[in-house]
Amino acid sequence: MFATARAVVERDLLLALRRKSDIGIALLFFVIVTSLFPLGVGAEPNLLRSIAPGVIWVAALLASMLSLDRLFAADHADGTLEQMLLAGAPLGVIAVAKVLAHWLVAGLPLVVLAPLIALQYDLAPALYGTLALSLALGTPVLSMVGAIGAALTLGLRGGGILLSLLVLPLYVPVLIMGAGSVELASAGLSPAGQLLLLAAALVAAAAFAPWAIAAALRISTE
Amino acid sequence: MNGKTAAVKWFWYASPQTFYPLAGTIARWCAPAAAVLAVIGLYIGFFVAPTDAQQGEAYRIIFIHVPAAWMSMFLYVVMAFWAAMGLAFNTRLSGMMASALAPTGALFTFIALWTGALWGRPTWGTYWVWDARLTSELILLFLYFGFMALKASIDDPRRADRAGAVLAIVGVVNVPIIYYSVQWWNTLHQGASVSLTRAPSMATTMLTGMLVMALAFWLYSIAAAMVRVRCIIVERESWA
Repeated sequence: MFATARAVVERDLLLALRRKSDIGIALLFFVIVTSLFPLGVGAEPNLLRSIAPGVIWVAALLASMLSLDRLFAADHADGTLEQMLLAGAPLGVIAVAKVLAHWLVAGLPLVVLAPLIALQYDLAPALYGTLALSLALGTPVLSMVGAIGAALTLGLRGGGILLSLLVLPLYVPVLIMGAGSVELASAGLSPAGQLLLLAAALVAAAAFAPWAIAAALRISTE
Repeated sequence: MNGKTAAVKWFWYASPQTFYPLAGTIARWCAPAAAVLAVIGLYIGFFVAPTDAQQGEAYRIIFIHVPAAWMSMFLYVVMAFWAAMGLAFNTRLSGMMASALAPTGALFTFIALWTGALWGRPTWGTYWVWDARLTSELILLFLYFGFMALKASIDDPRRADRAGAVLAIVGVVNVPIIYYSVQWWNTLHQGASVSLTRAPSMATTMLTGMLVMALAFWLYSIAAAMVRVRCIIVERESWA
């Protein structure tokens, strides 16, 4: 079971490395969107400082959503997904492995990049840790929940835009807790409560999302 | 043997063919009853109930707003229930029921938001605030739209039912999480006026009017869902 999961993660990472531009586009999107906000709302430092957590979180959420439709699409198109469904290993394990690989490629770089964006928004350096930690806890939840949507919209016309309609409302709690933790920290309060809630959401998503992803994949491929 | 016959009876109306006439009968009874109760409820609301001490006449929209908000949340749960039934028992009718309930639920969510905005203007001085209940109601509307959009974009009705079912179940698990996360985030809305555990903080006639309206909305929802499920049955099973 673990051997299968490792093999799937390694395969997906290798595939992602061979097509580096795919990773780059999502990251570039994140950077560009966050650079648009100061141009739109003005470069007043106090304003930027106060909107920074929300802007960075929303941009991270959109960037991780944009790469979702590729999660299963290529495997669906070339028949690999059907082989995975037929494989002896539980489908939930394979799904988690694919989500993990997706997060390593699309989520983790956002966590690393976020402090750099925070620098542009003149966020206090003491908050970088909270920001990165909240993203590190929150983006895997986004990948898990998003994978359910990606599996449900597999092979549908207008899949990408439909996916955003399904998934964005479900992202709301993560956004509130993630951005909220940074805002609490910037107000001088302890962000521990929000971060623990994010961790709880991560545990709950890790426990329940695999079943939903597996069920959705079976429905979409029958 | 006894248990077996009971089980057969239990699933008797699970077949769209046998349910079709029953749905017609239910709709014929519920629709006029809903209309009568709505007239009674509105009469109590507009002419019998006393003027509110703090909010004046503006509060009277409560007779539409609160029952609509109740129905919007309740119908999502009922929809998710039928979706789960469809996945568990693989019955055709369950998915049709979920499809039939979604537009009514979305309608009530929209009415709750709209009347809330009209109520908020005279009492809070603004049409919209990013308050916990308003926000979660708005997200509930998005969830309804997502469910209907997913169903609409899948051509095979059985696959649409099953995909929608997974989404509805994921959504119903998320609704309380969304509600509490938004509540901790920001809150301005007045606390619930009606609760099962303590005495209601409003005049009895107001409560009566509201409950009558709630019953009218219930019956309307049942009637609308039955009419819609009959249309879906005819659409999908006309070969039978």
